[in-house]
Amino acid sequence: MSGGPVTVPDIEKTKAAQPTRGSEGGVSDPRSVQVVRVIVGIIIILWLIPTVGLLITSLRTQGAIETSGWWTVFGSLFDTSQWTLTNYQEVLTSGGFDSAFVNTLIVAVPSTVMPITMAAFAAYAFSWMEFKGRYFLFVFVVALLVVPLQVALIPILRLYAGGPELNISFLSGIAGAISGYDVERVTAGIPLSLNGTFLGVWLAHMGFGLPLAIYLLRNFMGSLPSELMESARIDGADHFAIFTRLVIPLSVPALASFAIFQFLWVFNDFLVALVFLGETADVRVLTIALNALNGQRGEAWHLLTAGAFISMVLPLVVFFSLQRYFVRGLTAGAVKG
Amino acid sequence: MADVEVQKPEAGPTGGAAYPKERRGFGSSVLVVVLSLVAALAVPVLTYVLLNGTFNAMSGRVSAVLVGVVAIIIGVVGVFAMYTLVDLGIKRLPDNIGRTVQPYAWAGPAVVVLGIYLVYPAINTVQLSFADATGEGFVGWDNYRYVFSDPAMLRSLRNTLFWIFVVPAAAVSIGLGFAVLADKLRRTESIAKSMIFLPMAISFVGAGIVWRFVYSFRVEGSGEQIGILNAIKVGLGGAPVDWLAVVPWNNLLLMVIMIWLQTGFAMVILSGAIKGVPEDMLEAARLDGATEIQIFWRIIVPTIMSSIVVVFTTMIIGVLKVFDIVWVMTGGQDGTEVIAERMIRNMFTFRNFGRGAAVAVFMFLAVIPVMYINVRRFREEEATR
Repeated sequence: MSGGPVTVPDIEKTKAAQPTRGSEGGVSDPRSVQVVRVIVGIIIILWLIPTVGLLITSLRTQGAIETSGWWTVFGSLFDTSQWTLTNYQEVLTSGGFDSAFVNTLIVAVPSTVMPITMAAFAAYAFSWMEFKGRYFLFVFVVALLVVPLQVALIPILRLYAGGPELNISFLSGIAGAISGYDVERVTAGIPLSLNGTFLGVWLAHMGFGLPLAIYLLRNFMGSLPSELMESARIDGADHFAIFTRLVIPLSVPALASFAIFQFLWVFNDFLVALVFLGETADVRVLTIALNALNGQRGEAWHLLTAGAFISMVLPLVVFFSLQRYFVRGLTAGAVKG
Repeated sequence: MADVEVQKPEAGPTGGAAYPKERRGFGSSVLVVVLSLVAALAVPVLTYVLLNGTFNAMSGRVSAVLVGVVAIIIGVVGVFAMYTLVDLGIKRLPDNIGRTVQPYAWAGPAVVVLGIYLVYPAINTVQLSFADATGEGFVGWDNYRYVFSDPAMLRSLRNTLFWIFVVPAAAVSIGLGFAVLADKLRRTESIAKSMIFLPMAISFVGAGIVWRFVYSFRVEGSGEQIGILNAIKVGLGGAPVDWLAVVPWNNLLLMVIMIWLQTGFAMVILSGAIKGVPEDMLEAARLDGATEIQIFWRIIVPTIMSSIVVVFTTMIIGVLKVFDIVWVMTGGQDGTEVIAERMIRNMFTFRNFGRGAAVAVFMFLAVIPVMYINVRRFREEEATR
């Protein structure tokens, strides 16, 4: 499975593939184009029905929702008594979705920027610096791409709860000799309490996002022309200057692709937030709030639909405005686990 | 790394200017190793101290929103500032030492973080899988015996296997079919593709709510059906069904959600691949009188096979880790358990770390072939670079 159009997550290649080539030569027969249109139309409608139903329902009064299906609105679009925004108002205030929204942003922004920064430095080093272990370390990053993050949850949870405690009892002889007491067990550790903190979640997202970020950025930076680096070096620029003034500006497409990918991933994440941030009201994110609402009031459709739409609105805006970058990031990240 | 030869200072693929080789004494080699280690650890440690200090200083004194804003600023600027600081420090070192240390200051922090967040946990999870619920006492193979004998676990293994067979195949087929059809449209192609792709932007939890509404059910006689699926069934003269409680078909209904979410992914990647099929190849086939269906099966599919394989592997991994959908829709009730859901259930609800770890190890083993393939592919690419 080597080679091939996407096997190499090459950003430039996918970019080149984007411009639509328009209709294929053979299908000029208007009737078959019509057939294609109808089939495509049907699939699109099937795909949109669930989301459209949710959106319409979230804008109807509770009474209307419970007495008739959302599709009945098409028969009475101008009956204004069924439309309302109170569902959104209620779920935002008493439902706590307003603070959940803020919390989600607090989690998502640093969780996006921190791995990018770290990965950008690493990717530059992997592409343009010579050092021992460069190849091995990068293979190691590639191997980590698909590790399921479930593997990391329990150890990190324990680490966050008590900090790493190393048993260094082999030093007990020395400790005994120095202190004059009988020392049987010596441990060293840093006390941590990161469960339920934003910091803990940021660091976790950073760790889980890094392999893909490094992989992606290194592929991009490594493909920049080396003459560029050479001439900058001749002009007396050091690595730091080349990195900040040359490589970073040139890598904006790759950085943006990963940023959008990671931002949406973190914004939509439920698992990491559930495990490391938890369900208390002051820190919970949108997905947690939505899941809680689903558990407590599973039949309160006026709140559930409004809440679900609130959780979708920012991702959808990001998606529609930056779709090109998102698609590129996704294509390049096709191997991520 | 005793007696290191000084590296060529800045060697890209074409190599930098060759510096004269110097040999370093033992003492300075040790110094370089120590400095490299310090440089690699500096950014993670400094960043952590800075962020933690800020949080502690602010907690309880200022409003939550302000904490958030400050936290975002520090989180965004902090890491970069630390790298700048460390790099300034390296510039103060003697030139030849600084050159050797610098790469480790740049690549090292990421490797350290990966070590803490992925490598150490992976090893520790294997250890914990032989431990009891609290993760303290040793229980031998008991947890693995649980994985392969507990009825719910066995159901989850069976269901995950079905997910792996059904979801990637369905999503790839629909996505490929749609990509081929949309390719024949002129102006509307990109809009059409956006519509299919749209669910990719939605969280699994959000998608769960969307589909719970589609499947929603009311006992016959207690009012009109507001779920569209039951409304259609009743409209056709049937009785309403509590879809998510119909064993074993409820599993299929959950898979539909994943297919709905993932088809866009398959479609986008395969669509890109289809556009890469050489036009003259298609023209030649058409001149020879091949039908569009023949062209699809004999030319397009074989040409984009490697992309199809990549999409398949990516999806299999995604499906293996599916958990949110089941958690939100059924909570694993009515025979809908999947393996990732069992892992979280054991760890989070039952607080049984040993069993949770054993399930996680099982998941880890399942992705090792893909890991191997990725590494091999990377090495092949590097060899031809």
